[in-house]
Amino acid sequence: MNSDRRAGPSDVLRPRNVGAPIKRTEDPRLLTGNGEYTADRKPDRPLHLAFLRSGQPHARIARIDTAAAQAAPGVSAVLTAEDIADDFKPVIPFSRMPSYYATPIVPLASGKVRYVGEAVVAVVATSRYLAEDALELIDVEYEPLGAISRAESAVVDDAPLLHEAAGTNVLIAREFKKGDVAADLKAAAVRVGGRFEMTRKAPLAMEPRSYTAEYDKRRDAITLYTSSNIPGIVRDAVSESLDLPGHRLRVVAPDVGGSFGSKGSLYPEELLICITARKLRRSVKWTADRLEDVSSSSQAFAEVVDAEMGFDKNGVATSLQADVIGDVGAYSIYPWTCGLEPVQVVSFLPGPYKIGSYRGAVRGVATCKPPTGPYRGVGRPIATFVAERLMDLGARALGIDPLEIRRRNLVRAEEFPYRIASGIIWDKTGFIECLEAAAEAAGYDQLRREQAEARNQGRLFGIGIASYAELTGIGSRIAVAPGMPINTGSETAKITIDSTGAITAAFGVASHGQGLETTLAQIVADDLGARFEDVRVIQGDSDEVPMSTGTYASRSAVLGGGAAKHAAKILQEKIQRVASHLLEANADDIEVTDGKAIVLGTDRMVTFKQIAKAVYSDMKTLPVDARDELSATYTYDPINGTTAAATHIAAVEIDPATCFVQILKFVVAEDCGRIINPMIVDGQVHGGVAQGIGAALLEELIYDEDGQLLTASLVDYVIPSAPEVPVMNVVHVESESAVTGGFRGMGEGGTIGAPAAIANAIADALSPLNIDISILPMTPERVFQLMEKAKPKSKGNADE
Amino acid sequence: MTTNVSVTVNGERYDVPDVEPRMLLSDFLRDRLGLTGTHVGCEHGVCGACTILVNGDSVRSCLMLAVQSNGKEIVTVEGLGSPEHLNELQAQFREHHGLQCGFCTPGMLMTGEDLLRKYPLATDEDIREGLSGNLCRCTGYQNIVAAIRSAAAKRSEKAS
Repeated sequence: MNSDRRAGPSDVLRPRNVGAPIKRTEDPRLLTGNGEYTADRKPDRPLHLAFLRSGQPHARIARIDTAAAQAAPGVSAVLTAEDIADDFKPVIPFSRMPSYYATPIVPLASGKVRYVGEAVVAVVATSRYLAEDALELIDVEYEPLGAISRAESAVVDDAPLLHEAAGTNVLIAREFKKGDVAADLKAAAVRVGGRFEMTRKAPLAMEPRSYTAEYDKRRDAITLYTSSNIPGIVRDAVSESLDLPGHRLRVVAPDVGGSFGSKGSLYPEELLICITARKLRRSVKWTADRLEDVSSSSQAFAEVVDAEMGFDKNGVATSLQADVIGDVGAYSIYPWTCGLEPVQVVSFLPGPYKIGSYRGAVRGVATCKPPTGPYRGVGRPIATFVAERLMDLGARALGIDPLEIRRRNLVRAEEFPYRIASGIIWDKTGFIECLEAAAEAAGYDQLRREQAEARNQGRLFGIGIASYAELTGIGSRIAVAPGMPINTGSETAKITIDSTGAITAAFGVASHGQGLETTLAQIVADDLGARFEDVRVIQGDSDEVPMSTGTYASRSAVLGGGAAKHAAKILQEKIQRVASHLLEANADDIEVTDGKAIVLGTDRMVTFKQIAKAVYSDMKTLPVDARDELSATYTYDPINGTTAAATHIAAVEIDPATCFVQILKFVVAEDCGRIINPMIVDGQVHGGVAQGIGAALLEELIYDEDGQLLTASLVDYVIPSAPEVPVMNVVHVESESAVTGGFRGMGEGGTIGAPAAIANAIADALSPLNIDISILPMTPERVFQLMEKAKPKSKGNADE
Repeated sequence: MTTNVSVTVNGERYDVPDVEPRMLLSDFLRDRLGLTGTHVGCEHGVCGACTILVNGDSVRSCLMLAVQSNGKEIVTVEGLGSPEHLNELQAQFREHHGLQCGFCTPGMLMTGEDLLRKYPLATDEDIREGLSGNLCRCTGYQNIVAAIRSAAAKRSEKAS
């Protein structure tokens, strides 16, 4: 078969959807209150769940008395671990990593509790109000076993063990090595280093986690509606745990109100709601309140990094070493494991730089907190924070401008593909191009002049640069999480033209704000030759494709888009074959465009509707063997994946009276390859940067020594609101990637670059006071403490 | 210990029996009237997702009891426009990509409607200040500000 389509004159005029800022298909329903989020489902006479959660950080459960709760008005059932013991198998977050202990995941705490907020008892009642009333009547007796509130205290000899079977609180340990770091550091002209910390964060999607299990008693089947970005993974895990085959367990992620990673793991409540629905043969609903969401959804970052970088006299980084300790919380999560976040810190620490030798060691340590899991950027926000701080410290020590030192160290165009010291391979990407584009867009030289002027006036004005690279659209050769057995490397598209001529494209990805119904339709429309508005995209439904996982790790444009292109091509060839019969022309001479098949250079054409009628409905028009179903399925695997990169530049001013950091300017120059929808790409960058600003300046989950969360409301856990976020200027460097379609993943980058750029800008602003920045967030209180500490010895400088 | 609530929502009169005094207005709208366009994000009055108009003023429906709405006029997001005919503000949100996951959007729109009616919104800073009680985790606010600015411009064009 000849798959090379001949270029015709209409190619020039062909409307191209890919690359255009097409308005989103999702918007009309979401703007009018017609979206359907999980909590909006209205199954017949549903029961409602409420959880009694542990107020103890680490304790043996001595006794649970549920008698009074069972007798309370409206209560259908009260469930403890004992009551459901025979209804499921624990889910094991397996990994082939050596030195890893997989903590089993169970729906309700069994034997002991390991963090404040862990679910212990579930009440099922006719309304949420009545279920919560009954929680008050439950009596649980605990025997405290001693809280582990910090990673450092978890590794001391006499620390209590959170998981006795592990024999240690260190759930994961790894080390990456290349070259002789010790020798290179010794030989370095300049060595810079320090202890860096990125505190614990909440991904904080605006929609709290929510599940509705709809029970079909006619065939003992469940449809789980879940606010998840991994409905395919949830389907497979729940199926295995409950011994319920996939054709009796459908998992749907309907409209999902953001995730940022917090809805990207299997949750105990998802298991429990399915167990409950099956046990009671009724539909069951649960939605977390904000306290539950903050204190039981997966959390983020929480690492301390001791790092050192060596430079030669020209400012070329020769060596890097780091010891990372990650506070991973009480459990390993499914499927990513507790290694996901901290291991990624050492995997990505060398970043986009050509550093000769490297040693990165990491320990993930169990503490009495909710598990850490994926959060936008995963590991790379702190890796970039540390590497970019070291780059600036090196520049300062050598008297080189921060922009110039990056020019000297970034991998250059002619050096790709480049294997960095931790083993990751970058494919050809515009590292230097992003750096230069960001500098130009920010007016870097002018900014430095403004800074000089501001300093003359005694103002604290700083400029910060951060460059990073990330691996996106990862194929089957690399596990998204280290040693994980699930295939995250492929994605299926199934495109069908039905007997009415309507086009439906189904995917296993699961949009939670990215606009995949729009962007994937743009790709299908172009590659099939259809009109954009005629393509319906279905996603987030486990019944639509045989195997799926979901949307995470900046994969959906690359894998979903690649699958869409291949499937569309196959279907287009089928259309050409049918049209060649109908139009009595050679299939190669038929162009498919705008929902029609046209004989090139003529006005002879048939519409998709006529083609569908000929294939499915007419018995005479086509020979029997030409009535081939108008559908195509393709599973695409990019094998390795592709790099995405950016440079962020921030200019900040610090008010010495309030110690508040104001961001005056924020520029991003990013390379996400071929852009599908520039409006959506800009929106993703804006949102990512805003989260990065939160991580840099505001957000911190604070647990006290007794394992109690002190920032459990939105008053205490502060995310950026409109006045705190500056106008962002986004510049695109479109260097096409080698994967199908030339796309690169770009959903996470904003959060990776922004904290480091802001940290460098703050350090630059405070450099006249000799203040260094090594912990984020830089809240006004932290800035105040640093300035107070710096005062006696630098007063003279500051008053200049 | 229940009571009747008579309330006008989006121009339609509802007489609802058996309302518990403790029922939140947000739950009442969603569970008793089936108007699930009003979203519940925090239930402590910080995120603004549940914002509605009560007698013309923006109100957090999670901080009001259903019984307090007795005899009042409420507008929810369902009362603005339809998927086929978006109102001006909704259309500007779509035009400027002022929404991603859509969860905070109903609250943003209701706050936006209130701001547009009551304040001149001369600068972007005014708009940002007016939105400071509504949290969005997806957009970084830039396109929401642009959408409201554009709706304000269109309204003043019409007025002049």
